[in-house]
Order: sequence, then structure tokens, then C-alpha cells
Amino acid sequence: MKNPMHFQLNGQAVTLDIDDERPLLGVLRGELGLTGTKYGCGAALCGACTVTADGQAVRACKTPLRNVAGKSVVTVEGLMHKGKLSALQQAFIDFGAFQCGYCTSGMLMSATELLHNTPHPTRAVIVGHMERNLCRCGAHQRIVMAIEAAALQRRQLA
Amino acid sequence: MSARLPLERRRFLQLLGGGIVVLVGLGPDALQAEEAAHLVPEDFNAFLVVGENGRVTLLSGKVEMGQGVMTSQAQMLAEELGVALSAIDVVLGDTDRCPWDMGTYGSLTTSTFGPALRAAGARARSTLVSLAAGRLGVPEAQLLVHNGVVSVRGVPEKSISFGALSQGARMVRVVDQPAVLRAVATFQIIGTSPVRLDAIEKVTGAAKYAADIRRPGMLYAHLLRPPMHGATRTSLDVASAERLPGVTVVHEDDLVAVLHADDESAALGLAALRATWALPDATLDPDNIFEHLLATSPEPREVTRLGDPMAAHKLAVRLFETTFHKGYVAHAALEPHAALAEFSRGRMTVWASTQTPFPTRDGIAKALGLPISAVRVITPLIGGGFGGKSAFGQAIEAARLARITGKPVQVAWSRADEFYNDTFDPAALVTIASGVDPAGLVSLWDYSVIAAGTRGTTLPYAPPNLRIRSSGKLFETAGTEAPSVHPFAVGAWRGPGANMNVFAAESQIDIMAAALGIDALEFRLRNLTDARMRRVLQTAASTFGWKASTTPAAGGRGCGVACCIDAGTYVATMAEVQVDLSSGRVHVLRIVCAEDLGLVINPEGARMQIEGGLTMGLGYVLSEELRFHGGEILDRNFDSYEIPRFSVVPRIEAVLVHNDTLAPQGGGEPAITTTGAVIANAVYAATGVRMLRLPMLPARLKQAMLAQGIH
Repeated sequence: MKNPMHFQLNGQAVTLDIDDERPLLGVLRGELGLTGTKYGCGAALCGACTVTADGQAVRACKTPLRNVAGKSVVTVEGLMHKGKLSALQQAFIDFGAFQCGYCTSGMLMSATELLHNTPHPTRAVIVGHMERNLCRCGAHQRIVMAIEAAALQRRQLA
Repeated sequence: MSARLPLERRRFLQLLGGGIVVLVGLGPDALQAEEAAHLVPEDFNAFLVVGENGRVTLLSGKVEMGQGVMTSQAQMLAEELGVALSAIDVVLGDTDRCPWDMGTYGSLTTSTFGPALRAAGARARSTLVSLAAGRLGVPEAQLLVHNGVVSVRGVPEKSISFGALSQGARMVRVVDQPAVLRAVATFQIIGTSPVRLDAIEKVTGAAKYAADIRRPGMLYAHLLRPPMHGATRTSLDVASAERLPGVTVVHEDDLVAVLHADDESAALGLAALRATWALPDATLDPDNIFEHLLATSPEPREVTRLGDPMAAHKLAVRLFETTFHKGYVAHAALEPHAALAEFSRGRMTVWASTQTPFPTRDGIAKALGLPISAVRVITPLIGGGFGGKSAFGQAIEAARLARITGKPVQVAWSRADEFYNDTFDPAALVTIASGVDPAGLVSLWDYSVIAAGTRGTTLPYAPPNLRIRSSGKLFETAGTEAPSVHPFAVGAWRGPGANMNVFAAESQIDIMAAALGIDALEFRLRNLTDARMRRVLQTAASTFGWKASTTPAAGGRGCGVACCIDAGTYVATMAEVQVDLSSGRVHVLRIVCAEDLGLVINPEGARMQIEGGLTMGLGYVLSEELRFHGGEILDRNFDSYEIPRFSVVPRIEAVLVHNDTLAPQGGGEPAITTTGAVIANAVYAATGVRMLRLPMLPARLKQAMLAQGIH
């Protein structure tokens, strides 16, 4: 059904007058022009489309637009703050935590949620949290190291 | 010089603008061999342009799919040319602008294309130095090149930049003789690991892949696929799909597509199509496929023979005969195949996720009956290839639809499309009869492979009596060969054939060592005369802390070793596993891999390829085996097809064995080929159970343990 719906996207107010049953992924990548969030499986199995809504990670490919009404959605394009990379983004670069980069947006968003909720994750907690995000290039151990380093840095800054 | 150039080349150079252009010519041998068929019509494409603003554009057909060649190619050029890495702009896989290239596969970018690229850089540098000598009025021998500036030795203020030298110059140089490359000792950029050139865009979401390209008025297309390979359509009803607002249905021969201005509406339209199909008989499955391959494959032909293998069978003091199996494996790159095609004024432009931009261009031209010159393929970043994106069906689909509709059309395969259309790593069998002489050395190696091809069959050891036989090429081409023995398409998969062959060969070596009561590492070293391989094995052993052992452990914990030569690189891998005796599940605790890749352009990049390869390898070794029923692909997503997850991946330590005097060798594939044997050998050391079939699914290992009374 059509009715104007509102939400925050990367800190900006968005109003859309489209079918709010459509998955968030297609709207982000289509109408809203944010292609950093990726399609990988279409069934919430791979995590490439992960974004956060009010800080909670959601799979955009299976999230109807109406589910984020009134919420604050952050995509990978919204991770930089005042032109600076987030600690996680910088750690991903420092540790070489990606190869092809296709899963990276989802990895960053899942890890962002983790550090938001759990500032001091153990390695086992990181592995458990990231388990449903798939990477085919085999950057796993570097992703884990990058998340550990970003957590450490956040603690030192706090 | 330009007066004698053909019109097309002159037009091409106008397109490039001013500056100094270095072209592909009759150059380095390796490149010549690679491009022999293509030099004449297309030799006008450039390697690099030194622009009037001093920036250098690197043009290459070798594409970036995660393996880091955007950065490593720029490093090679920056080093030879004498500019900072940041002065280089990289254009990869644009068929209108880059030199012809067969495709990015086989771990060849650095080893085969690298020398040509470095030669082009060196040619440009010598041109710039000679220009500078004229402008500064000093002999070339007194000039230095650093960071894009030519200066007089000892008089740094007397200098001129590459940009200034290029201004007003419309010069063309051809790489037509062996170039003088920089000496290893003087390297400043080769051998370092700078931040990847694609790093910022990949962590900010700015990186563009084929499905991220947007054109005004574009449509998204979803295509009707048969329920199984070999099915034929008996009816099609498009009425309900066509009633949906904004939907266009295209039906032309085999092509049935639903298009819409938004992606989901096109997908909904596809779901509204009604089709019926005549299905072929389906009898094959992952268990009976081996019997089928044996029955239908042509007689293996002999590819190598040394000594007298027949006599050696009789003379061996012990004979070992083993048959190994491996199932079909999917590429399963996270990015499914995607393309956007735009047909305008008779010219087709296609942005495609492809490992083979030039063959893709030629394939589109052929499929649409267009001249090759009317087709341009542009390759954005690729979300993983692994051999799967050598096939380019999606690009042809998009191009056909763009011509039919007159609008830009995106075809981005769904995950189910991706599984259905994949060119799988083939199921294969290997049988080995090997023997030892009274001294315990391998005296016979009689090897027969079905369906995997011969890559990986060249041993690091040197048995005096050897026979290698192979049936069925890995890449079957329709029409010219016998009909395919496979129920669906197969093709190159990272380390094609070598994953199977190294699994079989290095398991067999382990079987022999165990039977003779000799430690697995010791047995390999005794049989190795190649100093390079001995050094790599010993490096792996010391890093790993290998402890000699001659009997399997009882507690389910053990270590394995495997080594091989692939793409010119020497690899030795060691792993420790813990087998859960109750479930048959294998937990890999740690892996060490040592490689001698010759000169390494980017050490961190090389290590990432090793880690990534071994991680990916754990999939086909422990969990990945395509499920199918005849031509019906039963795995359609990641719920049933299990690729390695975070909890599966152990600590992996990659060690680069320095060998700077040897030219760079392949890096993308060698490590993965050792994964099967190193884990199978570790499982044997942990349990005494020898797994001869990949993947070692928990149920299979459990059954094998029960059969040996382990529970």
C-alpha cells in the first residue's frame, strides 16, 4: 500500500511515497541511490545487505520498508563521521580485512552493531556475532583482528 | 611516425589526448605467447599514458576481483617508471582503452603480464630521460629519476617533471625490445605493502560493482530459467505478468525476461509467468556420479611416461593402489554475475562483472551479430571470481535485452540463478598405483585422472618410473569434442584440477609413508632432490613446530603436511586438526603455509592470497559438495550450500620464503590446492582413518571411523 513514510537515513530525514512492503534493499539501491549495501542471497543468509536500524543490524533484503518507519537507518555510506573513517573502517584497512570488498559493507555494519552493544567483545563473541556474515575470499581472520583492534581503540578513546 | 598509422590507431591516439603513450608492441616473449593471435589487429592499445598534468594512467586488461592486482600492477609500473604510487590512475578491463588480454585467471597477472607492464614502464622512463637530457642540456647518464622528476645528479635544483616533459608532446613509443628493468636492490615500491588503491572505496560503500551502475531510463530484468538443465519449454503464458503495471515481457527464442524500472517489481513479474516444461530423465546424483564418469569418460590417454612403469610394477617391494573421489563444487562468489548493457547509435556498451573482458566483448558481438568494434565492455570492481566469472552469460543476456527494448538493461543474477548457471568444479576420480624400492624411495608413480585434467599432476618428487594418464579435458567445448560427461556445465575453479590432483597425490605419499613407518615430513624430504621444495618444506616445519610421528594418535588430534608446485610457486602446508570422534566433525586448529613465489611484488597481498585460498579450500574439503538430481541443481542458496564461516576458520600463518632472484610466480591459486591433502593427512594422524573422498562430511568420517572400530 502507498502512504508517505518517514525515516532517518544516515542522519538525513527521508520521506518516501512508495509501496512500503518493498524490501529496504531495493529502495536503498534504487530510489535512494545508495549502492554500498549489496545483494548476495536475497534470503537473509549471507549478510551482504546488513544495515542498522536504531543501532540494530537488519538484513535489508528481507526487511520491508515499513519496518524502518520512524527509525534511524545507517548504511555503510553513513559510517564516516565529519569526513573521517570510523575506527572500524580504518581497522579494516589496516588489517587488510577485505579482498573483493563485496561482503565488506555488511561486515562493517554487523561489526558496528556488535561494538555498539558489546564494547569489550572476546574473540569468541566476535566470531559468534559474525557467523552469519559470509565472505568467500577468506578474509575472516583479518576481519576478526580488525574488530578487536577497533574495540581496543574505542576503549582507549573512551 | 603517426602519419603511417592506420586510421583506427590515429583515432585511438586522439582519444588518449596528448602526452607520452607507450604501446603494446612485439615485446616480451611471455606477452607475445599470450597474445600471439591478437597482436596484429589490436596492437594499438596502450599500456600507459604519461599525461600533460604529470599523472600516469595505467591501462590493463587484468581486472580486480579482490586479489589485489589493481595495487600490484600500479606498484610494478610506479617502480619501473619512477613515480610515486599516488601518481598512478588505474583503468582495468575497459576493452576500448586497455591492451587486449585473454582474461584474469591462472595466477598469471604478476608472472605473465607483469614483465610486459614493467617493460612498458621502463620504456617510458627511458623516453622521458632522453627528453629531459635534451631539455636540460646534459647527457642522459647524468640524470636521475625520482617521484616523477628527472634531475641532474648532484644538482637537484636542475630538474624537470614528467608532466612538463609531456606537455605538448604527442609521442608514441612501442615496447619492441627487451627493456632494462630496475635491479631488485634498488626497489622502493616493489616488495612493499602499501594501502590498497581500492581500500577507501571498499570500506565506504563507494566501490562500484556491475550491479551498482546506473543509467538514465534503465530497466531491471529477471529471466525465466528452466527447472533443470536439459529441460525444454512446452508452454508459456505471459498474460498475468504483462497485466502488472510497468512490466515489459520480452520473449525471443530461448530468452524470456520480465523487465521493470525497479528490481523487485521485475522479480514479481517473473514469478507471475506461467511455463510448463518437458523434463529429461534424471538419474545422476552426488553418489552415483563416479560410476557414471567411469562408464562414460573416454579411455585415459597417456600424457607423460618416464622409465618403464610396467616393469616397475613388478619390481616394487611394496605396491600401493588407491582411488580418490571429489564432488562438484560451486564458485559461490558473494557477488552474483551482473551486467548493465546500453545500446546507442549502433554501439553496445556493457558494464559486466567478468574475468574475461575481451572474450566477453567478442562473445557479445558474436551472439548479437555485431562487429567487435561496435562492442565495448567495461569492467567495474568484481566481487570475487575464482574462475566462475570467466563465463559471461549475463552480459549476453543484458546486451540482447538492451537491443530489443532500446533501453539500458541490468541483468543481475539471483543467487538461485547463480547456482543454476554456474560452471562447477567437476566431480573427478584419480587412481594411483605407486611403489617403493628396497631403500624406501618412490620407484613407481602410475597415475590416472578422470575429469579433472592434468594441472597438479607434476610431482615435486622424481620417481624413475612414471606414467600420467588423463581422461576428459577440464574445459569441454560444445560441438568440437565428445558430449559432456557432466549433467551441467563445468569449468575452471581456483586451481582448476589441481585441487583434486594434489589431494590425491599428496594423500598417496602419506599413505606410503605411514605404511613404511616413516614420518610424513621425513618421507617427503627423503624423496625430494629439488632444493627449492626442501627449503619451503623445512620453513613450514620450523614455523609450525612439526614433530615427527609414525603412528596415528588415539585422541582425535593430529597434524598433516602436503606440498606441491603450482603456477611456478612452491607450496608447503601443515595443519593441526581435532576430530570430534562422536560426530565426525573436523575442527581445524591451525594452518601454516610456506610459499616460494619468486620475487614478491606485494608481500601482504601475497599472504592474503594464501590465507584466502586455504580458507576457501576448507569448503571443498569439509562441507561443499553440490547436491543435484540429474540436471536439477538442488542447492540454490547458502542455507544448504555451506561455505566456510567464521567459526570454521583457524589461525592461518602464511610465510613467504624469499627468492628475489627468481621472477615473480603465481600467487592466487597455489595454496588452495594443498588444502585437501593437508587436512586428510591430519585427519589420518588424528584418527588412523584415511579419507579418500572430498568433502569429508561429518557423516562420512563418522561412518569411516565406525568401520574401523573408532567411536
